[in-house]
Amino acid sequence: MSTGHEVMQARTYPFGDPDRLNLDPMYSKLRREEPLTRVRLPFGEEAWLATRYDDVRLVLGDARFSRAASVGRDEPRTHPRQGESGMLSMDPPEHTRLRKIIAKAFTARRVEQLRPRTQEIADGLADAMQQHGSPADLVEHFADVLPVAVICELLGVPFADRDKFQTWSEAIISTTSLTPQQIMEYLGNLHGYLAGLIAQRRVQDTDDLLGAMVRARDEDGDRISEQELVELSAGLLAAGHETTVTQLPNFVYVLLTNPDRFAELRDDPSLIPTAVDELMRYIPLGTAAAFARYATEDIEVGGVLVRAGEPVLGSLASANRDGRVFEHPDELDFHRESNPHLGFGHGPHHCVGAQLARMELQVALHTLVTRFPGLRLAVAEQELPWKKGMLVRGLRELPVSW
Amino acid sequence: MSGQWRVSVDRDRCIGSGLCAGTAPEHFQLVDKKSTPLHELVEPDEAVSDAADCCPVEAILVTDPITGTTIAPA
Repeated sequence: MSTGHEVMQARTYPFGDPDRLNLDPMYSKLRREEPLTRVRLPFGEEAWLATRYDDVRLVLGDARFSRAASVGRDEPRTHPRQGESGMLSMDPPEHTRLRKIIAKAFTARRVEQLRPRTQEIADGLADAMQQHGSPADLVEHFADVLPVAVICELLGVPFADRDKFQTWSEAIISTTSLTPQQIMEYLGNLHGYLAGLIAQRRVQDTDDLLGAMVRARDEDGDRISEQELVELSAGLLAAGHETTVTQLPNFVYVLLTNPDRFAELRDDPSLIPTAVDELMRYIPLGTAAAFARYATEDIEVGGVLVRAGEPVLGSLASANRDGRVFEHPDELDFHRESNPHLGFGHGPHHCVGAQLARMELQVALHTLVTRFPGLRLAVAEQELPWKKGMLVRGLRELPVSW
Repeated sequence: MSGQWRVSVDRDRCIGSGLCAGTAPEHFQLVDKKSTPLHELVEPDEAVSDAADCCPVEAILVTDPITGTTIAPA
């Protein structure tokens, strides 16, 4: 075991500009040779980076690592602004106090109840895309709409306001695509908008998630403050669609550039649930590891002694390609017997919307392979426009033909 | 003996999210990537019922060992 990070030169991180959905080869080299390494991000203090599956799970899931301890520190990050990460800056039991209020709305059982309505929305979008005719932009006609429509119904936010809040939501996942002034302005608008919807619920109770959150606040004010209520609902609205809106075109891009895998799902749609998890494993959604955990005591990670107070980043994308856990990790395989991927994170901050995202992605893929069995890229792969300056990788447009 | 809670995890349903083990490490740990209660009978503790309430697949069940009544998830 080594403790000499003073002698270890910090690598510049991220290792390079994101190249579509390809994971930088440095991760596999580090998993092999240097599972815990020193990194320096564009902003904030130096950190450790864990790249092996077991180590990433330890850092994300072990109570000796803290997110609350990041508050007041110059957190390692890819974007200039710091903080405002809400629940993601809390540890249990404070974190649990808020998580509990929303968790019930996102259980597998509750999400299943939304499946028929989600299918109905997806069918409507497929009809409209058929009417538009080939080629069409899958982002605009399908992926940008489906998750937003679903999270709106779940939360109780009017879908008609979509243009407004979709613009403002970018503030939550932007790194450099917006200026710090724009980010502050958009966040202010988003919070003001949600505060208005919350006020409406005090006049007339509703049975959506916003209504349930307002009741939790008004029945027991110790559970959630008014500001937390606004920030939490804004976070759910933004995170609840930015992620799936981005990941769905990523899924389709991978399938259309691996036509054998697309054909496999078209010929046997019963593979779709396992395919969704395999695509979650395979696609590095984030552009870089983020939200460092701070060690609250000395603890060994990957053969290195991390000292109390030091920040450690865990790369989900790298963990998901660890050959110690996944056979032929760089292959897309819809027949894996077990797939304990970390695509939704791990531990107390495991994505609260994971079951919702799974269901939406399953419905979307099922609809696409059955309604558009001849789906293919409408332009050359090199011409596809990728987003820049975001926490996530994704396509601005995905022109498809059928 | 009265007032204790019985804790069980449905390992077929468990997806190994690590929520319970990360939230209440004195009550749950991951064994072969699935949650396992450290003690079957525990003194009432909000950390245990919270873990059951937060589990995304409702794999954790907290019951009254005498009456069999469900305590969590709510």
